[in-house]
Amino acid sequence: MEDLQPLTEAALAEVADATALRELDEVRVKYLGKKGSISTLLKSLGKLSAEERPKAGAVINEARQQVQAAIEARKAALENAALAEQLASETIDVTLPGRGEKVGGLHPVTRIRRRIEDFFIGLGYAIAEGPEVEDDFHNFEALNIPDHHPARAMHDTFYFDANHLLRTHTSPVQVRVMEAGKPPFRIIAPGRVYRSDSDITHTPMFHQVEGLLVDKGVTFADLRGTVAAFLRYIFEVEDLAVRFRPSYFPFTEPSAEVDIGCTQCQGKGCRVCKQTGWLEIMGCGMVHPEVLKHGGVDATEYSGFAFGMGIERLAMLRYGVNDLRLFFENDERFLTQFH
Amino acid sequence: MLISEAWLREWADPKLNTADLCHQITMAGLEVDSVEAAVPEFSGVVVAEILSLEQHPDADKLSVCQVNDGENTHTIVCGAPNVRVGMKAPLARIGAVLPGDFKIKKAKLRGQTSEGMLCGASEIGLEDIVDGLLELPSDAPLGQCIRDYLQLNDTIIEVDLTPNRADCLSIRGVAREVAALNQVPFNAPQIDEVAATHEETIGVKVAASEACPRYLARVIRNVNLKATSPVWLQERLRRSGLRSVDPVVDVTNYVLLELGQPLHAFDKAKIQGDIEVRFAEQGEKLTAIGGEELTLSNDTLIIADDTAPLALAGVMGGAASAVSENTQDIVLECAFFAPLAVVGKARAYGLHTDSSHRFERGVDSELQQQAMERATALILQLAGGEAGPVVEVVAEEHLPQANTIEVSAANVERLLGFSVPAEIFEQGLPALGMAVNSLGDGRWQVQAPSWRFDMAIEEDIIEEVARLYGYEKLPNRLPTIAGGEGLAKEAQLNSRKLADTLCDRGYREVISYAFVSPDIQAVLAPELKPLALANPLSKELAVMRSTLWAGLLQTAERNIKRQVSRLRLFEQGLRFVPGTTIDDLEQTPMVAGLLYGLAEPRHYSVKPTPVDFYDIKADVEALIALGGVAQEYRFVAAENPVLHPGQSARVLRNDKEVGWVGRIHPLVAQQLDVPNTIYLFELQADVLQQGRVPSFTPLSDQPAVKRDLALVLAEATPAQQLLDAIRKAAGKALTRIELLDVYRGENIGSENKSIAVSLTFQDPSRTLKESDINQLIESILVGVKADAGASLRE
Repeated sequence: MEDLQPLTEAALAEVADATALRELDEVRVKYLGKKGSISTLLKSLGKLSAEERPKAGAVINEARQQVQAAIEARKAALENAALAEQLASETIDVTLPGRGEKVGGLHPVTRIRRRIEDFFIGLGYAIAEGPEVEDDFHNFEALNIPDHHPARAMHDTFYFDANHLLRTHTSPVQVRVMEAGKPPFRIIAPGRVYRSDSDITHTPMFHQVEGLLVDKGVTFADLRGTVAAFLRYIFEVEDLAVRFRPSYFPFTEPSAEVDIGCTQCQGKGCRVCKQTGWLEIMGCGMVHPEVLKHGGVDATEYSGFAFGMGIERLAMLRYGVNDLRLFFENDERFLTQFH
Repeated sequence: MLISEAWLREWADPKLNTADLCHQITMAGLEVDSVEAAVPEFSGVVVAEILSLEQHPDADKLSVCQVNDGENTHTIVCGAPNVRVGMKAPLARIGAVLPGDFKIKKAKLRGQTSEGMLCGASEIGLEDIVDGLLELPSDAPLGQCIRDYLQLNDTIIEVDLTPNRADCLSIRGVAREVAALNQVPFNAPQIDEVAATHEETIGVKVAASEACPRYLARVIRNVNLKATSPVWLQERLRRSGLRSVDPVVDVTNYVLLELGQPLHAFDKAKIQGDIEVRFAEQGEKLTAIGGEELTLSNDTLIIADDTAPLALAGVMGGAASAVSENTQDIVLECAFFAPLAVVGKARAYGLHTDSSHRFERGVDSELQQQAMERATALILQLAGGEAGPVVEVVAEEHLPQANTIEVSAANVERLLGFSVPAEIFEQGLPALGMAVNSLGDGRWQVQAPSWRFDMAIEEDIIEEVARLYGYEKLPNRLPTIAGGEGLAKEAQLNSRKLADTLCDRGYREVISYAFVSPDIQAVLAPELKPLALANPLSKELAVMRSTLWAGLLQTAERNIKRQVSRLRLFEQGLRFVPGTTIDDLEQTPMVAGLLYGLAEPRHYSVKPTPVDFYDIKADVEALIALGGVAQEYRFVAAENPVLHPGQSARVLRNDKEVGWVGRIHPLVAQQLDVPNTIYLFELQADVLQQGRVPSFTPLSDQPAVKRDLALVLAEATPAQQLLDAIRKAAGKALTRIELLDVYRGENIGSENKSIAVSLTFQDPSRTLKESDINQLIESILVGVKADAGASLRE
């Protein structure tokens, strides 16, 4: 029994010195194994008297537990170290790029077009489409622009023959929608339009969105409210200045041109707004009774408003694009900037 | 249209500064585009008179003048060719600052001291009419600041008018608006009849009285066209964007600007016989004042004499009868031509003029008499002469009739959402020249004046009411919308889904012109006659594309030229396939894609492999899968002139063509100058969007059994044929086929391939026994032998 103290100390020292699990296990066998020196001491208890046995047993057991606990602690430490080492060896450079396809992206015109659509879909409008090769009736006649009307001169039309043309605006969709159904109508019609004009500020093809609401009791106040709410939404400026000026479109009466406070200079006057502080943004008005008539709608029962705007213009203002032509050159360096 | 503010204020002078006035007329619908000073800033220039002049001793072209500015006499060295004793001209005294910050100091010119500078027009920001000094009238007060004398503290307001507001194409018209908006007096100048001082007239016949309901002519004898128009007149013309020509032309232009009535003067000596207003005979010739040789069509209204056309009515005069500095007697014409008789003619002959611009839109049909008297008086004042009596030919029945329109307060409220105060009707509308008659009960009868061609229906009057009240003061309301027709069907795929799927798969959207060059179109659809524009902008944009590949390939070409090495592009839009007539034209919404470069973005861990057919096919399959009805689609090897004959497939849905996928044909690539490693697809978007509403199949708890088979078949037999044969033979028990491997090797013969498939069998209601499976495999082997010539690989 007098050997117990140094034996325990030796065991603890060997446990502490073990640097591998296997080594530690050898220490365990050496002291606590069946034939281990501490186990052997326990077995030797039988040689003691009955009075001495419990006390000696307790002392040896304590030593055994002490060594056992040390082994377990050491084991945990060695396992942790081994795991840490393994993990360290598996370290990669997380700053290297990921593998596989990258996302592509929508054209900026589509991007802002969807923003426009979302607003009106949220208000209960449906999206309508129409042909791009149109007939004279839908593009002009039904919109109260008879032959020789001076407004035709503003349209620079591409013709195929005397009666067929590329639509110069999305307004013919108004008529097609009215012809095909019964009021109420609430649609927006985004799409490509064409005018025979090409310079820094004009491309022969561009995009417009037409809006039409025809119902009982629709007034100019509804038009003003809708347009103002839309413009504040699209530019995300709560107090955006919006003003309506009298204007002229053959297919609306009264008609208005809508200006917003210049988004570049906040109305102070800059190059973009030609020092006026205002940007012309869309045309609109109450649907002309002639147009309702062409659409088969009773103008004494129903009234409506319509509006139309250029999508590229909104995209240019919103994203700061300074050259309209870039939209159709499809240069990768341009396209990659809009997701 | 350019307007001199000072001129406008002579007619209507509200208590508003320039900026507020411009804002007001903009908000009234006459959009102000720009506001500019009439002349640049300058100071220190006064009216002066040349008292004497001597030749400069050392310079041939210089004179030394004694100049009186009303207070002192200055010695001024002057090089102007028109300088003469007694002449009045602007003098920039020492200390003056001319435009461009040019300071006038005492200076020596070839040894002679000059105490200032005598000015030509351009030196004080005006336009040079003569070479030399700006000659001022003899009654110009000496010493008066030239800015005050010439009213140079003026602004030029540019107004952009909508086509309905022809009535505002004059000072008179804009002033009437300003007066009405501000409720200030409308000060039209007094226009008196000019008494005839001789009896000579010219005969006028109007054959086309519907096109020309009113025609006035007057002979003015002995005018002096060599006279120069006075500075005030030149200035008003300049500020309105016109140049001074001669007194007669200047006066006709002046009256056009002032009243909005175009006039024309003929050299009486050049007119043979009478004047006739008639339509041209087909092929008649006229040389316009500008020198253009016109061949007239028989729908063109002309002014003619007994022998030949003199002028294109309402558009431009002819060169032969034009006044010149030797003209002695003139015939002054002032007419009302119906808008429909003039519209389109200027464009057709390529001659847009201030006159045609006004007649096309509508000139006040009651204005001709006044305009004639106004112009006559001014001509007599400027160029002398004696006026004869006015000959007027009028067809009352063809003059525009003033519309009488009934307006009710209820309808105003119905359209504007607001009830406008009654004063707008009773004071505002009359100020615009409308005759308003209250019918009581909130109803009025409104008669539009002869200058308002745009007042036809009640809504037109309501717009005037809204305009006068102010659009900005009208209420705002966001309408609530009831009902929900037109909402999307579940089986109908949103078009965004297609675009989003492609974007997710790395594609970038492009938008290209729908018209392309006929050359590209011919390469892409050699057998199709494309729909051609009658008036294309250029040859590059002359025909409508029959495939979206045109734009994608052009985009690829441009980007590849810029060293872009990998492209994944798509476009959505219409393709245009002509039928036998234009009414049979098919305008089909398509979605098309293009792949080029590496199959995957370069990554250090991946072996770079170029894109191939199966990469693009996977994208097509992804689009097809969106609708949930992929089993309705098939890919069939087929030839397309754009695609590689061995690497192209027609895509069918329920046996109807939906589109194409494949590699570009090397010859097409060569012709379009793009690499031959481009892959393309184009599909009908509307067909892809027709999906289904999912329908649940109960999950089977019976065990599934898998069997793998390796089948040898001829190289030329498509895999699809084998898979179809397996499905047909196995029936419903086969729930899944997976294609594991395609093997080629000597051991199976060079003309063969081996396709390994994994088959999963499951019956919804019972457990398949080993014997069932073996029987199924037997049937499959028989089936594939018969339908695909395939047999189990040994």
